[in-house]
Amino acid sequence: MNLLEIEGLKLNIGAAEILHDVSLDVKRGEITAVIGESGSGKSMTAYCVNQLLPRGAVAAGHLRFDGQDMLGLDEAALCRIRGRDIGMVFQEPMSALNPVQTIGAQVAETVLIHRAAGKAEAMAIARETLNRVGLPEAAFPLGRYPHELSGGQRQRVVIAMAIALRPRLLIADEPTTALDVTTQAQILTLLKRLVAEDGMGLLLISHDLGVVADVADRIVIMRKGAVVEQGSREEIFAHMRHPYTRMLFEASSHVPARRAGAKDVPILEVRGLVRDYTLPKASFFGHAPKFRAVSGVSFALKKGESLGLVGESGCGKSTLTRAILGLEAAQGGSILINGQEVRAGHLVPRHLRRNMQVVFQDPYGSFNPRHKVARLVAEPFHLLDDAPKGAARSEAVVMALEAVGMVAADADKYIHEFSGGQRQRIAIARALIIRPELIILDEAVSALDVSIRAQILDLLAALSERFGLSYLFISHDLSVVRAITDRVLVMRAGEIVEEGLTEEVFNNPTHPYTRALIDAAPKLEELMQ
Amino acid sequence: MKALLKMPGFAIGFIMAFAFVLAALISFFWLPYAVDGVDIANKMQAPSWSNWFGTDQYGRDILSMIMMGGRTSIAVAIVAVGIGVGLGVPLGLAAAARKGGLLDEIIMRGNDLIFAFPALLIAILITAVLGASALNAIIAIGIFNIPVFARLSRGAALSLWTRDFVLAARVAGKGRVRISFEHILPNITNLLIVQGTIQFSLGILAEAALSYIGLGAQPPIPSWGRMLADSQTLVSLAPHLALFPGAAIVLTVLGLNLMGDALRDHFDPKTRRERQ
Amino acid sequence: MLRFTLKRLFSLALSLIAASVVIFFGIEIIPGDAARLMLGINATQDAVDALRVQLGLDQSMVARYFDWASGLLRGDFGTSYTYRVPVAEMMQGRVWVSLPLALYALLLSTLIAFPIGIIAAARRGSWADWLVMGGTQLGVAIPNFWFAMIMVQILALKYQFFTAGGFPGWEDPALALKALTLPAFALALPQASILARVMRSSLLDTLSEDFMRTARAKGRSRRGALVNHALRNAMIPVLTIIGLQFSFLIAGAIIIERIFFLPGLGSMIFTAIRQRDLIVVESAVMLLVFAVIIVTFLVDITYALVDPRLRRRR
Repeated sequence: MNLLEIEGLKLNIGAAEILHDVSLDVKRGEITAVIGESGSGKSMTAYCVNQLLPRGAVAAGHLRFDGQDMLGLDEAALCRIRGRDIGMVFQEPMSALNPVQTIGAQVAETVLIHRAAGKAEAMAIARETLNRVGLPEAAFPLGRYPHELSGGQRQRVVIAMAIALRPRLLIADEPTTALDVTTQAQILTLLKRLVAEDGMGLLLISHDLGVVADVADRIVIMRKGAVVEQGSREEIFAHMRHPYTRMLFEASSHVPARRAGAKDVPILEVRGLVRDYTLPKASFFGHAPKFRAVSGVSFALKKGESLGLVGESGCGKSTLTRAILGLEAAQGGSILINGQEVRAGHLVPRHLRRNMQVVFQDPYGSFNPRHKVARLVAEPFHLLDDAPKGAARSEAVVMALEAVGMVAADADKYIHEFSGGQRQRIAIARALIIRPELIILDEAVSALDVSIRAQILDLLAALSERFGLSYLFISHDLSVVRAITDRVLVMRAGEIVEEGLTEEVFNNPTHPYTRALIDAAPKLEELMQ
Repeated sequence: MKALLKMPGFAIGFIMAFAFVLAALISFFWLPYAVDGVDIANKMQAPSWSNWFGTDQYGRDILSMIMMGGRTSIAVAIVAVGIGVGLGVPLGLAAAARKGGLLDEIIMRGNDLIFAFPALLIAILITAVLGASALNAIIAIGIFNIPVFARLSRGAALSLWTRDFVLAARVAGKGRVRISFEHILPNITNLLIVQGTIQFSLGILAEAALSYIGLGAQPPIPSWGRMLADSQTLVSLAPHLALFPGAAIVLTVLGLNLMGDALRDHFDPKTRRERQ
Repeated sequence: MLRFTLKRLFSLALSLIAASVVIFFGIEIIPGDAARLMLGINATQDAVDALRVQLGLDQSMVARYFDWASGLLRGDFGTSYTYRVPVAEMMQGRVWVSLPLALYALLLSTLIAFPIGIIAAARRGSWADWLVMGGTQLGVAIPNFWFAMIMVQILALKYQFFTAGGFPGWEDPALALKALTLPAFALALPQASILARVMRSSLLDTLSEDFMRTARAKGRSRRGALVNHALRNAMIPVLTIIGLQFSFLIAGAIIIERIFFLPGLGSMIFTAIRQRDLIVVESAVMLLVFAVIIVTFLVDITYALVDPRLRRRR
């Protein structure tokens, strides 16, 4: 008998059927990974297990945990099982903890709810569990509040709450999606160690094949509420029977066909750029402290080149972008656009900004929901002195839309009528419309499903060739940067620590931080060979 | 509007509030009885077929008085909301456009200061300075509406300023003023409509309170609050004197609040998703 | 926490200064001569001038402000133009009617609002929720003075449950409280309705937070999660409203006093306005604003006790 056996599971929320016929098993001491794109029903499958479903959800089928039929249990019985026998880890460590309680109280709570120990002993168990997940007493006393911890540390607290009573099954719903590459690797290692130590089963939900590929024992591929393929990791990698599985694998490691076309003329040069932020004053008197977000960054981006900028959150890459885009002035150094210098203390002037446009990460937040696509796409015309009017303007909008694979009729729609991938195409159309020479892609494909991401990368490669575009490609995702850039910069704590041709940097990283990043990043290609 | 009227809360609220607005409008052209004369022979009549709501201590028809009083209450409340929106929203948008700047600091401190004064005390101070009148009631209620709208629009605008579409507009070279009007304002109108409805109903309550203590509209202009004040000593003899003006206030305010709640549900993506 | 408290105290002092400036200069711009008003049209110019000197009205406005403000700090509120007695003396007995009335109403409002708001949120969509939502919707719409008039008619005059008005003084606290109960209840009802609605919606927002799901995953029952995790987090917006309500209640108290013939600050303020006794108006309003600012300060401190994120800035 397996620890968890799901057979023919169906789930309806209201009239919508979310899961059609899901069957999968989790064995003791094993990691079963469920992989799928958005809308595949992978998270809902996880929530069916401990019956934490949204209102109006009705599950049917067989769901046996340790031989017990979970779907038949009443709420009180489920409460006894949750936390004691089944632990759970969530995607967003920032919001998964109660902000007004100490971490000690929250970990001890798991013990106290199930009356497994008295108060003092519960605190002792909390202490020991926090130690186990890598939060030692010296730096992380029980009295700490969640807001005093980083995202990775909070996720460790969430894990500690889940494993405090050594449950038999742990469910982890995208536990590393919100974390940086290096933190992600540490959390995965931690989960793997805990599974081995406690002999529990782990149901690991993820959208990222690369992330789970080297920790999972079994892999289940889901799509649109159904399992398309499952098996041991080796089987899946060796055979890939289902076409969707193959597509998923290919898309995850997709490299668009590109021709190197860089000329030896720089379009953008950054020389010794410094960006300081003033922090709030610590006291009434004295100077406000400053935080140096970018300290002396220099690089050049050639015409027709695709330059990657890699770094973890808080490394200063967004701050750097804002200075280049002319949104904020630098405190030191200068920016040269087509050879024209903008010194520190000045914003990049309008006539130089015309050469640059940007595509942001979030396809949902990038557009004013109250304007039609035509108006949204035409917005950058504001930068031109002789922007086309009337028919010429509409024509330009249609051309931009068609260049990114949309149709003329889309100009008359509102943005909510489009999917995430389509919106990102529209965002690219908006960037293209004034024919800039440089497009800054700020995590532009990070929020997309892998299959969509592959299509957008192809589109970017084609556009670069067609219009002679240069890209500054900012991302935390190493595999994407590797696929689409000629050269790469590695940024850490406001400084560029390594720079070089992409393949060289990836094959022979010289800086220890670059090496750490590359080691931490999931390596799907190697596993597939 | 059609979709809104299909929501029961909105429809009921709309009918209730609109009935009184309509009655006030009709009073400009027609009244059941004139209200400027005194008819002692007919004083304090109970409700009857000829005087639906009865007559007051001077023999005036209470229905006609309520229709006339509605003009004052509604006009005061609407103009006070206008003052709040007209001054508060630009201030809030300006504060949000340069968060943490000097203007933001001044506007927010000024807001806090007005909030420290109970609204009614402001009214009392203003009437102490300028004398009691409907106009001064408008100013008093309007002043209190300014920080309400300034705060609301600043808060909403601040979260919009962090959105990528605003960043995109800045990349397109648009200035803060232009972005405020093109991107921020259209996205906070829903909130403003909801708050406007609520402040409208609060304005009616405030006007009634001011008139009740004699600081609002002065005789001979009728107002709901003063009708209540006049009835106070007589209420045990003729309860209808207090009943009808009070009910007029309650129903108008209730109607507006129901509309406000329905609008909030309608505009709020969270509750909308739940309904679907 | 200490630094937080000190900072709040500092801004409390600033608010007081700003409020005193606004009140003083706001009122002093009134046209008309207080001395002339007090003595009547028939008084000689010499007598008026003499009184002006006596009242200090011959000094500049700024000088008089500092005079008044420094007096306030010593508890000296000046001398009434009309009655020629210290304003502090006039207010003494009255403050202890108006302030307790407002605080009593605040207490009632909270005691009524919390349970029904919590029940409505916990049983969302049930008949109890509908009842609370409907009842509070009505409660918000009723003017408190009208409600007071009706209650006087029904409870005091018809059934004589409570006294219909007047105040026996604090010699017998039980009697005093009894006299204040009906006015406080009339004041509290609309505020309780608002507070209950805020409590409900704040709790509903909190219930949909991620950490509530975490608590459920640990094995907390629905109720257990609500009590242990949601309530404290939901208190933050509720506290804001409680702070604002005190300001409404203190102003409302002035009106309600009229209906119940309570000897509070209200009647004194209205008389002073009629008599152009500006110093009395200024001082009474200042006192009330002072009370509001103190309550705001206390609410701010409570915030920090509820929410550890506010205690220290990072």
